[in-house]
Amino acid sequence: MKGLLIISGLGILAMLAEIFKFKKLLFPMVLIGIVAAYAFNFMEWKTGMSIPYFDNMIGFDKLGIAFSGIIIATAFFWFILANDYFEEETSLVDHFALVLFALVGALMLTSFKNMTTLFLGVEIMSIPLYVLAASKKKDIKSNEAGFKYLIMGSFASGFLLFGIALVYGATGSFDLMQIRSFISEHGADMPLFFYVGVVFMLIAMCFKISAAPFHFWAPDVYQGSPTLITALMSTVVKTAAFAAFMRLFMVGFAEISSVWTGILAGIIALSLVIANFSAAMQNNVKRILAYSSISHAAFMLMVILANVRSNLSVNALIYYSLAYSLGSIAAFGIVYNVTKKGNENVDAFNGLAKRNPSLALCMTVAMLSLAGIPITSGFFAKYFVFTAMIGTQYKWLLIIAVLTSAVGVYYYLRIVIAMYFKKQDTHEPITIERSNILVIVLTTAATIAIGIVPGIVAEMFEF
Amino acid sequence: MLAALLILFPLLAGLLVFFVKGNAARNLALGFSIIEFGLALGAFFLFKKDPNACMLSFDHVWVKSLGIHFSVGIDGMALLMILLTTFLVPLIILSSFTNDYSKPNNFYGLILLMQMALVGVFMANDGFLFYVFWELALIPIYFICLLWGGEDRGRITFKFFVYTLFGSLFMLVGLIYLYNHTNVEGLKSWAVQDLYTAGRSLAENQQCAVFWMIFIAFAIKMPIFPLHTWQPDTYVTAPTQGTMLLSGIMLKMGTFGVIKWLLPVVPLGLEKWGGTAIALSVTGIIYASIIAISQKDFKRLIAYSSIAHVGLISAGILSANQQGIQGAIMQMLAHGVNVVGLFFIADILFRHTGTREMDKLGGIRGMNGNFAVLFLIILLGSVALPLTNGFVGEFLLINGVYQFSATMAALAGLTVILGAVYMLRSYQKIMLGERNDSNVAFGPLATTDKVVLSIICVVVVAFGIYPKPLNDIAEEAVKTIMLNLK
Repeated sequence: MKGLLIISGLGILAMLAEIFKFKKLLFPMVLIGIVAAYAFNFMEWKTGMSIPYFDNMIGFDKLGIAFSGIIIATAFFWFILANDYFEEETSLVDHFALVLFALVGALMLTSFKNMTTLFLGVEIMSIPLYVLAASKKKDIKSNEAGFKYLIMGSFASGFLLFGIALVYGATGSFDLMQIRSFISEHGADMPLFFYVGVVFMLIAMCFKISAAPFHFWAPDVYQGSPTLITALMSTVVKTAAFAAFMRLFMVGFAEISSVWTGILAGIIALSLVIANFSAAMQNNVKRILAYSSISHAAFMLMVILANVRSNLSVNALIYYSLAYSLGSIAAFGIVYNVTKKGNENVDAFNGLAKRNPSLALCMTVAMLSLAGIPITSGFFAKYFVFTAMIGTQYKWLLIIAVLTSAVGVYYYLRIVIAMYFKKQDTHEPITIERSNILVIVLTTAATIAIGIVPGIVAEMFEF
Repeated sequence: MLAALLILFPLLAGLLVFFVKGNAARNLALGFSIIEFGLALGAFFLFKKDPNACMLSFDHVWVKSLGIHFSVGIDGMALLMILLTTFLVPLIILSSFTNDYSKPNNFYGLILLMQMALVGVFMANDGFLFYVFWELALIPIYFICLLWGGEDRGRITFKFFVYTLFGSLFMLVGLIYLYNHTNVEGLKSWAVQDLYTAGRSLAENQQCAVFWMIFIAFAIKMPIFPLHTWQPDTYVTAPTQGTMLLSGIMLKMGTFGVIKWLLPVVPLGLEKWGGTAIALSVTGIIYASIIAISQKDFKRLIAYSSIAHVGLISAGILSANQQGIQGAIMQMLAHGVNVVGLFFIADILFRHTGTREMDKLGGIRGMNGNFAVLFLIILLGSVALPLTNGFVGEFLLINGVYQFSATMAALAGLTVILGAVYMLRSYQKIMLGERNDSNVAFGPLATTDKVVLSIICVVVVAFGIYPKPLNDIAEEAVKTIMLNLK
């Protein structure tokens, strides 16, 4: 909770920076603030108490704190990565404030206890992102991305709100636990419109995590947005949306899982197939990563589908989010630096191994991790999903997942092959800021480290 | 401890070699691989003295909540495979001394990392660890082929990677399925014996499903017809040392896997589908032999002959009797040595004449008699002439398959005849006959080349005449394996 407050404070501070002329100080202040937020978050984890705030609107339990930790850590790396990006822009402070407010929304999503907080979180997170997506003012693609994101996002928010209203109508409460107990008391005779409400919320959440068939916005928005904003969307936003999805359906609607699991299984199957086959046909790296993020979303949804509220599945989801976030930050950090010239196609990577061997090595590790090859963390993430799924009735889904994973290797390796095998078009060395190198190396090392000792993350929850 | 050291040493050595500049890298790599062979010999003598010595196994918890252990151990079969691996790797490194590879530090570092993974595969006593090493072995070889391979390597190595990964993922699902059925005092376990117990407690149709899930991974690695399509291209395109690693050691991961991780796990699945799998293997033998006969490129011919040999090995293993499996182990050793020799000969031919097409070669015996003799010895080992190392294994294999089915044995026996046809014809075309005008003079061999070929020839003859030390270990090992099959 203190973390949330600190980051909100930072956001307000960032807006004041222009007026009181401490723009130069802002970046270090934000970094220190984020580290402090992480430290407070960690201390709350240690004490392990879940204190409800604001009339039980929000409360950081262990699950929420774990997801917050991942989000804050990712944001830390992201800010270091983005420092020169901000310097190039004239309206520096606005961007800082927007990202910080998006973070506030993300943290709210990890720990909401009430449907209103859920909605607030979604909106606080999304609205700054609509602006950020369009933040390259003169680029038509960026404008398109922002506009598309806004329209589609608002549409989803409408669904969410309508769903919440219907569920409220049926249960008479916004509180997650009260809804749950109401359902278990009146399980059999819930009105039809309640189920409609649940399905509406499912659709809205699937939109936010960009699962097929509600994914159409993702490739365009990922491609059009500035690369670093894409990185933010595919890590922080995704993790937060997942935390919310998990809490909503595994806590709130766990009692009526038979209603939504069937639909969810269909969504996962569609996402896996559409995402992987579409990614294989793309040439733009950011689009490839967009489809890859859809496929990873499907994998994370599988854990929720397995729906065993056990150590294993909670740990699995946390591990998956962390592994995916680390791999994505490394990948996007490299993509950002490689595509600075404007060419965002796979051939921008041609001959990277010659131009900058260590960068190519880091990219290889990131790709192998996203593809799920040992000993990277992506492999364990996949392994946990397989283990969670194999005990369920959805074995057919597992087979689809295996087959599409093999397809997935195709497009991740395309980038690796381009780096090591294809002749480079230019001999210009790639200039990277020291800070960027630091982030890329750290995230790559962490990807391997938690792949070698997965226990430190995978054994966090021992209920 | 020694067991863990056998894995740790090449890992550290490999990482070290990455940081060495220039040709010092290859000398260092050679030194390290010889030390590793020394360690393996140490394990061999230790094993001779006491097969249950505690030095030969190592167990440490890796991920506690999931029951994953870093558990490795050397039993008879593992010992033989490790000896093969550690014997071949120095030879493979030495064989590269006449080639000048760019970035030698990366090349030799990757070879040593590959060795680490291979040794790990053979020693793993934990299903999960086995899978991890299995996959790890793929990454160095992928880069070796991609970075130092021949024409069109991008597409071909890519096919190879996706093909094998596809199989591996199915194996992973199969293994997790077994793991989910283990129950050791209420907990799940990855230990090999617990997986055996779990597998056998499954109903027949479940066992059949697991059989195919795991077998497909091994079948792709070996490769078995009709999953072999990645192999000839990859073998031809890979740099010679990569081909040697692939054919000499890596395909043994597949056959080894069937013996240790498939046969004892699903006996009912084997009973139902073993016949089909043998039929596929035998089809592969005949199919590959016929294609080999019509090949013009010598390297491609060896690639196809490798499919034929491995088909026989696989048929012997799947017949699941003492002779079959023992023959398979012996043949795995012999094939490993011989095929490395043959690919090296193809490499020497190419380096001296600039072609591998047999029609363009001829009369080389007249130019370099020593080379002709060394080639002939290795070739005879490959066609399994009595008193060469190939004979013991092939004899036992056909015997084993015969106990399963006489028809299959008769068909599989064709490999002996067809093998002799294509190998001897290739010798005739390359070494004998008229000197082909397009050839430049075939000069004397480099010293390192001579050393490598001589060592291989000595092994071919020595273990043909006196296979007892290895055969004894194989026999004992198979007896224990047979206990698990009952």
